[in-house]
Formats: sequence, C-alpha cells, structure tokens
Amino acid sequence: MTDPTHTAATASSGTPFLQVRDLTVSFHTDDGVVHAVDKLSFSVERGRTLGIVGESGSGKSVTSLAVMGLHRRGRRVSIAGEIRLDGEDLVTAPAERVRGLRGRRMAMIFQDPLSSMHPQFTVGDQIVEAYRVHNRVSKAAARRRATELLDLVGIPEPARRLDDYPHQFSGGMRQRAMIAMAVSCNPELLIADEPTTALDVTVQAQILDLMRELQKEFNSAIIIITHELGVVAEISHDILVMYAGQAMEYGGVEEVFASAEHPYTWGLLQSITRLDRQLETTLRTIPGSPPSLINVPPGCPFHPRCTYRERAGSATSTTRPPLAETSPGHLVACHLPVAERRRLLREEVIPTL
Amino acid sequence: MTVRLTKDLRSPATGEPSPATGKDAVPAQPTDAPATGAVPAASGEAGEVRGRAARGGDELVRVTDLTKLFPVRRGTLVRRSTGAVRAVDGVGFAIDRGTTLGLVGESGSGKSTTGRLISRLLEPTSGSVVFDGRDISHLSTRELRPMRRDIQMIFQDPYSSLNPRHTIGAIVAAPLRIQKQTPRGGIRARVRELLELVGLNPEHYNRYPNEFSGGQRQRIGIARALATRPKLIIADEPVSALDVSIRAQIINLLDGLRTEFGLTYLFIAHDLSMVRHISDRVAVMYLGQIIELADRTDLFSGALHPYTHALLSAVPIPDPTSHHRRERIRLRDEVPSPLNPPVACRFHPRCWKAQEICRTEAPPLRERAPGHQVACHFPEKRDVV
Repeated sequence: MTDPTHTAATASSGTPFLQVRDLTVSFHTDDGVVHAVDKLSFSVERGRTLGIVGESGSGKSVTSLAVMGLHRRGRRVSIAGEIRLDGEDLVTAPAERVRGLRGRRMAMIFQDPLSSMHPQFTVGDQIVEAYRVHNRVSKAAARRRATELLDLVGIPEPARRLDDYPHQFSGGMRQRAMIAMAVSCNPELLIADEPTTALDVTVQAQILDLMRELQKEFNSAIIIITHELGVVAEISHDILVMYAGQAMEYGGVEEVFASAEHPYTWGLLQSITRLDRQLETTLRTIPGSPPSLINVPPGCPFHPRCTYRERAGSATSTTRPPLAETSPGHLVACHLPVAERRRLLREEVIPTL
Repeated sequence: MTVRLTKDLRSPATGEPSPATGKDAVPAQPTDAPATGAVPAASGEAGEVRGRAARGGDELVRVTDLTKLFPVRRGTLVRRSTGAVRAVDGVGFAIDRGTTLGLVGESGSGKSTTGRLISRLLEPTSGSVVFDGRDISHLSTRELRPMRRDIQMIFQDPYSSLNPRHTIGAIVAAPLRIQKQTPRGGIRARVRELLELVGLNPEHYNRYPNEFSGGQRQRIGIARALATRPKLIIADEPVSALDVSIRAQIINLLDGLRTEFGLTYLFIAHDLSMVRHISDRVAVMYLGQIIELADRTDLFSGALHPYTHALLSAVPIPDPTSHHRRERIRLRDEVPSPLNPPVACRFHPRCWKAQEICRTEAPPLRERAPGHQVACHFPEKRDVV
C-alpha cells in the first residue's frame, strides 16, 4: 500500500499551524477494537478554515478531541501518528504541556452550550476562571476582559449579563458566550464541533458571521466540524470528507463542491435537498447505512455502499485506496481510475445535482 | 397486502376536482364531508383552477383560531398563575385530503404545539380543530379513542420514542391492540406486512430497538404510525435526528407511502429545503402565529413576508460560490419570549421595514394573491434564494 500521508498534508500551500499526520485513534472495548480514526492526515493554516464533514461515526469528533488532547490515554484508548501544533508534537507531549496549550493556543466550541457550561456558576465566573487559568491577572481585570468578550461576541448589556446563569441565556446567546470563553486568550486554533446544529437558521447565520469576523480579527486557524454541507460551503476554505474514520476527499471548498471525485461525496451532494435547485420527485439516496467501526469493511470502507464498485476492480474490497492527488491540492481516496471518475462526474453526477 | 393505489394527488389537476381520490384512499369515508365550500374565496379568475381547489378541495382538517396558553406559575407554597405563554395564538388553516402541509418556524414558534393540538395530545384553550367533518377540539379521552386510529404521529427522536424493553413486533402492534383491531390474518401477519412496507426485514419481529440504527428505528416509528391505517399523519421533525444519507431514504419512504395510501401529512420541520421537497402548501409560524401561508412554489419563489425572506436567506446553500451573489438578510437579536410577545405585529422589533402602524396594529393574515395569505402591512416579493 502506498503511503498517502505525504501528499495529504499539503492540500494548501504555506506553513500550516496545525498539521495532523497518520492520526489513528482506537478504543478497546469489550466488543472489540473501535477504529474511530484511521491514518488521517490534514493541515490548517492560520487565517484559514477547514470544514470536516461526515456522518455520525465517521470519526470527526474523535479527531477534534484528539487534537485538543481530551482523550484519556490508557489501556482502552490508543493514539498514534502526529499532531503538530506550530511544529510541536502533541501526541508525544506530556499531558501537563497539552493542558497548558489548551485554552491558550487552541480552544474548542462544543455543540450544546447548555451541557458544556456549568449550570451553577454565572457565565461571567466561568469566563473569568477560564481566562485566569492562563493569565496572571486580578479578578477585577479578568472581569473587565469578560465584559469586553461578551460585547465582542454581540451580547447586549454585557456588564449586566455577566452575572446571569447559563439557563438565563437563550440558545444562541449561550453559544455566543461559549465562543467568548473560547476566544478569551486569543487562541491561534479554534475547533468548533457542530457549533450551530442546535440553533435555528437565523441564529446559525449570526453565529457563522461571528466566527468569520473573529477569524479576521485574530487570524486564527479554524476547524469546523459539521454534517451540513451548506455550512461548510458558507464558511470554509478547505473541506475534508470523512467516512468510517478515514479521509475520502480533501481539497479547496470550491474545487470539491464543483468537481468532487469521490462517490461518497457525490452521494452526500445528491441526497441533500437544496433551495437553489429545481424540485425533484424522488431524492437520490446512498443505499445502506454507515458501517460499524468495529468491523470496518476491508479495502475502501465505502465499497459496500458504492454504486460504482464494479468499475473499480477487485482492489476496492481488498486494498485501502491511497488518498492521492487528482489535481493540485485536491486529494481523493478511490480506486476508480481518474479518467473514469471525471467522466462519471460529468455525465452522471453533475446533471443530478 | 391490500394496497390501494390512488392517483398521485399532487399531480396537477386538470380542472375538475377529483372526488374519487379521497374515497379510494380511505374507505368508509363519507364524500359529502365539507367540500369546497369552506375554501376561503380567492379572487380567482374563472376557468383558472389552482391551489387547493385544484387538488380536490376536500378538507380533512380545518383549524380555526386555535389558541393554546400554558399558564406560568410562581411561588413555592402558594402557586399562583402569573401569566401565560401564548404558545399558539389564533392559528387557522386547512389541510386537504391527500396533501401535505409543511409547518415551519424556529424554536418557540409553536409549530410542535400546533401539531399536538391537532392530534389532541393537548387540548386547545380556545378555537377549534375539525377533523373529517367532526369538531374534536374538546372531546374527552374516551371520545377521542376511536378517533386516534385516524390520526397518528411520527416523532423526532427515534431513540426515545420507542420503548427499549418491547420488541419491535410489540411496538408496531401496540396501536392495533389498543384500538382492539384484529386485522384479517391476525396481528402478527399485519405487523410483518407493515415492517416489510417500511423497508425492514419482517423476520426481525422479535428484536429490540437497540439492535437497530437511527434510520431503521425511524422506520419502526413509521410502521407503528401506519398500523391503524390512519388518515392523517403528523410528523414532527421526523428526519432532523438522522444522518444526511439516511434522511433522503426516510423522506422518500414517507413520500411513497403518501402516494400509495392517499395519506395526508402535517409535516413539522425547521429545515426549509426539506419542507419544500415534501409539502404542497407551507405555513410559516412566528411566535405562535402563522405569518405566511401559500402553495410551495409561491412560498419559495415568491415569499411576501419579511420574516420568510429572512428565514430563506439564512438557509446555507451548499454552493461555495453562492454567497457572493446571494442577498443576505441578518435579523437583529433573537426571537422574543412568547411569555411577553411584542404588541401589534410580533415581528416588528426585528423587522427592517417596520413603520408606526406595525407597532400599533396587528396585521391580519390576508389573502394577497390566490391561495397566498400573508400577515404583514408591507408585503412585497423579494428574491432571496
């Protein structure tokens, strides 16, 4: 099998702030080994946004927790590969070192701000605490900073709202408060795991605008994890499509949306309903459902559901396809010959999108 | 199984109402039920039959001035009512037999409460729900029971809406047992038939919900809803908990079942593109009221209410080049509390078009074009998608 990592790490030029190579995360359970992330490679530069898409169980959240050093290492969890934050490997770094970086140089926004904030402390207390972990300042100074932050993320009357408890905030405001906490130390890497999934569309639009503005202000690298292709198209520069813990397709967002070459990406694009298209009578679907990560299909993990597996030859069920460059900066892991993929895209896929 | 194929009720009608469709789909249905008479008179030109009238104009559900207040109580020892959440406030619409009404709105808009009022899981504070010619607004539990076989629900979360300790056979058979219905060939045969119908293996009769994936569980929920051969299915966010690739499968299933059994759907969802796909007519709710109601094409390509414009423009489009040419409407703030909604037009504090009249006078839901009702003092067309 060819080694996909060296090409994979360079979807865009420049020096990446975060570089992940061959990341493998497995969980040892009573039922067997869960291969949650399998040899995943990607990178993000400062000022850029990477969108990671995939369905539940595709390993996207496990990846982000690994980057943040939030998996408890031990007998049951094994992590291999490299996670380089500004050149420093986090996989081999001691836990205390990663803890020092977390919150300061890298921060995370979770999907559900109600369950990720403490219900018995005020929003202000929580931001102050997060800020003072990394900054030796007085409580009063930290409080001033917290007021500034709430104002920055667009919460009206920030000085008064500081003393509210999380339940007194609406869903959108809680998400803003979470973002305020995450950006309190001007992190250079911000990971947002489904940051808008629990929100209404009009609030989602506000939060995405806010993330864009903050990125301009702090020039941070952002990873946004979502299952919504619309959100990725709206906010990301690059896109990584994951399936069963592996990268299927990786490249610039305009390139991938215009000329995706992986049958799974095609399936995702075809099965969504979209407002900017004519109505169809029947939606196209991807047959079957995602595999169990204990029994990942051999070869290409998508092959049992792939419409074009016959054309890809027998290797598709025996050999894992390398994530290889198909055009500059655009990588695809598929056994179909490139010419055939492009023909299918042109003749069978694009007319249905 | 006894598949009664009916005409695709959504197919563009040729002018005459087709009275046969409803009858075929639902046996024992009196066809002299309130027919076209109740359709609000649209200033339609003669000869041009469109909208609901074209689809038969045979109403299955009519909701009039529906209101639900939830009292808010304060105090630990003496609990007093200190106010009320006006969850649904004066909602009115009709659903024709064999069609789908999509109900969209953000959280707190009252769309789920409306669904629960129609299925009579909740009793309305005022207003009426007429189902199949009968006012069911205040029926007692006992009186409701026979009617429950005609109205079934599909819920959002396929994990919490199935009892984990019951086999799927028992789950799907439950409505039949409760209704004391014994289908020809027995309950077991009927359940197997239903499982097959929704695309599950009938051999899995004795398995438990935990052995199924989210999409499969939603299919079980659908099979259960179909067990009593209902006329109306209220689907409350039926696909929002599912993965993208599974959503399309479930939507296609619901679509196929509707054609096959002439079902009528109330489809409640916040995903506008999904609602556009499945609905014939769409109602947009904001803070307990319907602010716009129109045929699907009219709503998605000719919305008149500023809130509908804002909703449509906020839907992310999976095309990275689109946001350069798309107009973006960003609403200020968030939906106000339904405990104390703004006076007059409820949308006015967030509306960029608001004038004095919007703060003093509530705009009625008025028909501005044939079949297209909107509650706004300054309605206008705008291209936002």
